Amino acid sequence: MISLQINGETYEVDVAPATPLLWVIREQIGLTGTKFGCGMAQCGACTIHLEGQPIRSCVTPLAAAKGKAITTIEGIKDEQGLLHAVQEAWIEEQVPQCGYCQSGQIMSAVALLNDNPNPSEEEIDQAMKGNICRCGTYPRIKRGIQKAAASLSANPQILAENG
Amino acid sequence: MGKWTRRAFIGAGILTGGVLIMGVAIRPGKRIGKVMGLIAEEDETVINVWLKINPDNVITAILPHAEMGQGVHTALMMMLAEELEADWDKLRFMEAPADKEYANYVLAKGFMGEMFNIPSFLDKTVDGALLMATKSMGLQVTGGSASVRFTGAAGMRVAGASAKAVLLQAAADKWSVPLAELRAEKSYIYHDKSNQAGPYADFAKEAAELSVPAKPKLKAPADFKIIGTSPPRIDIPAKVDGTAQFALDVKLPDMKYATIQSPPVFGASLKSVDQTKVQDMAGIHKILEIGDAVAVVADGYWLAKQGLGKLQIDYNTNGNEGLNQADIYAKFAQALDQRDQLKTDLEVGNPLKALESGELASTHEAEYRVPYLAHSAMEPMNATATFKDGKCEVWVGCQNPLGFRIAVADALGLKLEDVTLNNMMMGGGFGRRSETDIAVQAALIAKELDYPVKLIWSREEDTRQDYYREATISRFKAAMDEQGMPKVWLNQFVYKMHPAEGSHIPYAVEHQMQQHTDVELPIPWGNWRSVAHSNHAFFTESFIDELAHQAGADPLEYRRSLLKENPKVLKVMNMAAEKANWGESMPENHGRGIAVHTSFGTTVAQIAEVSVVDGKLKVHRVVCVADPGYAVHPDNFIAQIEGGAVYGLTAAMHGAINIENGAVVESNFHNYQMLRMDESPEFETYIINSYDAIGGGGEPGTPPIAPAVANAIFAATGKRVRELPFKDADLN
Repeated sequence: MISLQINGETYEVDVAPATPLLWVIREQIGLTGTKFGCGMAQCGACTIHLEGQPIRSCVTPLAAAKGKAITTIEGIKDEQGLLHAVQEAWIEEQVPQCGYCQSGQIMSAVALLNDNPNPSEEEIDQAMKGNICRCGTYPRIKRGIQKAAASLSANPQILAENG
Repeated sequence: MGKWTRRAFIGAGILTGGVLIMGVAIRPGKRIGKVMGLIAEEDETVINVWLKINPDNVITAILPHAEMGQGVHTALMMMLAEELEADWDKLRFMEAPADKEYANYVLAKGFMGEMFNIPSFLDKTVDGALLMATKSMGLQVTGGSASVRFTGAAGMRVAGASAKAVLLQAAADKWSVPLAELRAEKSYIYHDKSNQAGPYADFAKEAAELSVPAKPKLKAPADFKIIGTSPPRIDIPAKVDGTAQFALDVKLPDMKYATIQSPPVFGASLKSVDQTKVQDMAGIHKILEIGDAVAVVADGYWLAKQGLGKLQIDYNTNGNEGLNQADIYAKFAQALDQRDQLKTDLEVGNPLKALESGELASTHEAEYRVPYLAHSAMEPMNATATFKDGKCEVWVGCQNPLGFRIAVADALGLKLEDVTLNNMMMGGGFGRRSETDIAVQAALIAKELDYPVKLIWSREEDTRQDYYREATISRFKAAMDEQGMPKVWLNQFVYKMHPAEGSHIPYAVEHQMQQHTDVELPIPWGNWRSVAHSNHAFFTESFIDELAHQAGADPLEYRRSLLKENPKVLKVMNMAAEKANWGESMPENHGRGIAVHTSFGTTVAQIAEVSVVDGKLKVHRVVCVADPGYAVHPDNFIAQIEGGAVYGLTAAMHGAINIENGAVVESNFHNYQMLRMDESPEFETYIINSYDAIGGGGEPGTPPIAPAVANAIFAATGKRVRELPFKDADLN
């Protein structure tokens, strides 16, 4: 049995330690917001946070997460259940089309803004280029990040709580 | 709406609980030729249910199209709400079940009206017998940018207007007031003179007794209140918090997971499976031969994939092992060289005589080619299935639920009513999710098990077992007068896919001929966003640019002089030129390129600004102007046009599926590259509403981007790129 901390909850799972976190989170824990896209850290659909850092859960073995805090798309709302500024901005900018890659996009964007509250376009490009969107929502993702950054700088406590 | 004449059969009725239902089944009138015989015998009593009004005044729109990111549910609801004067906040929707009653006649008839021929993208959806199937079971397909154009324009608006008409009549009768004094607003009816008001639901029962107008009066665009606005899309909130349910997310009690491998060499058959290394693996339950594919069923996907990787699978040779990409292009060239074998698809004027006359000042020839392309939807192909007591239930995201249901029933030897299909949101479709293979595989696996199974393809399987956009070669020859203007346009290419007008040009050229040839190959073909437009726009819009430069003319001015009789295209192109500051000087190594192309009823011009520094191409900015006739939801239309351009740019920059030894070389995103954020250009998109017949949104943004960039590369470097993708072009 391996104990996992996901979105503040503790889960015990009984699967091979080499199993990628993605499949443990989806199949054992039942949190399906994190998506499978490629299985080789090429597309970012499976992005989650491990100790606040964005990682590709499709290539991260379960064993690597032992005792560490995992955050998934289901865990970034605040304690009152209010959407994160990035999620709000995604709705305001009407970012998603098919929506399949967006959990990963949002997790990468949240990690970027935690690390760099006011990223330049170039910095957004660099932070987000690991996340593929086949519907081509890149222009709106960029606007969404800029809008979330502005909203977070106007309300800095939100950033502190999520950081 | 289409040019077809039609009769509409509309009916209403009350369900238990006082729910008013309103249906419209549209049936074409008399049509000449073979189309007539195929559709004339339909059962006239069929009523397709499109909307229902509940006693609490909540209205539900029943939509026969699937959501794959194109915002179709929102757009169709808007079209219904507009005519119905429905309260947008109290409007709900449900996706129509995969059932004959919801077969998409409107879609099929729309296509027939447009081109007298159902395009082949629908052909394969019901086992190639599409037209027979249309007659016997109908269609329920999302594709061809058709949802808003046909279901919306001919179905939803009529249903909404008819419902409003009977509700108003019922209110007039109930209140004994003149019909003309009533008004409808936000799902309420008002008689201002007597100060009476009531929700639609109050009149539902009486309305159902009235005869429904077959051709209700539809609103003029000037009276639109909802169409033409951009309410937030209804599917988006669930797509930002991880709750949207794709097929991959289906959970069933005791469900296990499977993955599969089909023969990598196209058409090969399974010879043997050595299970030695897998026998002792914990958590692996079954190894199954599904036709020539091998599936592994396990406690989890990852475990199933590990197991599959450890199997020793051998295949029989079938002669395709020797097929390589270079041979394919050589076969194309050979076929095109046999000029007397070419089939003529279009002939305008007398092109051959004009060429031989010797009166023309110059000629120009060029050969273009494009590779195979995979769809690579973000959600790898997957389906969940159960099989119990002779009945099968399937969960899948698909563009064709009824066709899928039929395919599963056929594969399992079941009656249609013993197959239930649950359509889920699609993580991208782009044409791939109109193919039934994944659902059939999942059902065949489930038949061998006494528990539910979720079949998930690896990205490698998704890339290597696709139905591909065809590779092709296109040859041109043009002859010009002394001013360098084209008088003859000859175009010969391999494969004539649909729509037929993909290769047509908007330009006034007196003598034209288009011919094609076919080459039999084992590579499966499938609809790929914008289909035949995806390659032909690159060919025709690059070649016209070549002619402009040959003539020493500005490519925009050259096109303008050939578009005098085509004001719609001219207007779109002119606006793009104005917005992109065409003609303004650019820095060294930078260039602007223009392309304009009409597909699925929508004309799109794109102007790309690129730089080529040390042989490295960067696309900086793309200005798009689109005329869809009327944009139902402008914000979403812009998203579709820009998304379509990114899809086309991805293919143009990186996309190539290569065949070596009879199999696909590429396997995953490391060697089949996608456009990423750092390569995605800035977009500016403008809409022209010409009030022409409504056009599509999902596909028309894709075709012009490759030629716009190719023409911009020429402007920047003087190099003409005649083969995609650009990554393989030497731009140094």
